[in-house]
Amino acid sequence: MQSGPTLEIASERSGDAIVLTPKGDVDMAKSPLLRKAIGDAMKPAPARLVLDLSAVSYMDSSGLATLVEALQNSRKSNVTLALCALTPRVRSILEIARLNTVFSLFESREKALAS
Amino acid sequence: MSAIIAPSPVSLQILSRPELLASVRSVAMDLAHRCGLDDIGCCHFALAMDETLTNVIRHGYEGRDDGMIWIRLEPLEAGEGLRAVIEDRARTVDPALLQGRSLDDVRPGGLGMHLMRTLVDRYEHTPRDGGGMQVILEKRAAA
Repeated sequence: MQSGPTLEIASERSGDAIVLTPKGDVDMAKSPLLRKAIGDAMKPAPARLVLDLSAVSYMDSSGLATLVEALQNSRKSNVTLALCALTPRVRSILEIARLNTVFSLFESREKALAS
Repeated sequence: MSAIIAPSPVSLQILSRPELLASVRSVAMDLAHRCGLDDIGCCHFALAMDETLTNVIRHGYEGRDDGMIWIRLEPLEAGEGLRAVIEDRARTVDPALLQGRSLDDVRPGGLGMHLMRTLVDRYEHTPRDGGGMQVILEKRAAA
């Protein structure tokens, strides 16, 4: 778990998709940063938004709420939202919240972009 | 030959500030590892604590950042695992009112109570004498 004061979020274009890669823990203090980054990424309404969670080793309920909100907003904006490369910890948290069946999950960024 | 040293209890006192949660998690994860929990178990214990502290900050102290929270982490007396006792002097909340939403109702928010109760083996939430709440969380190592 990373306990730094900020959540680094890399953003890059890949074809008609935007890929966001947050790095660090997503908790009550940092989930607003992820929410803002997702909102900014969705403004131009890309065909696809991929959240690469390979560098997120911890997520609390505020992080889960951010993902659910992103899913709802993506549906309203006709953006396809995909999550990829979940760490075992984050995957287990999604499963306990039964959200693993709600999101489109992919093993890797490449598979998410190719879907 | 190496001696096996039982982990010592840890006591923390923090202000009701979200930016402090990461440091508390780090301490909880470290002790949970030394109490025999596997990596996912440590993460789940830390998350249950985190959700409890988030509730205290958000609902108990209603977002104030000057409330005091006391945390005691200790190994379980029998077997592998650990306990957290979390106390505050915030607004007393009727535990019966702290119900999570149905997981079939997919929407942002309302997952914290479900996580707290699911992630640990014991979860008790009681009003403290003199004001505030006490929460006890226990998690045993997987057999």
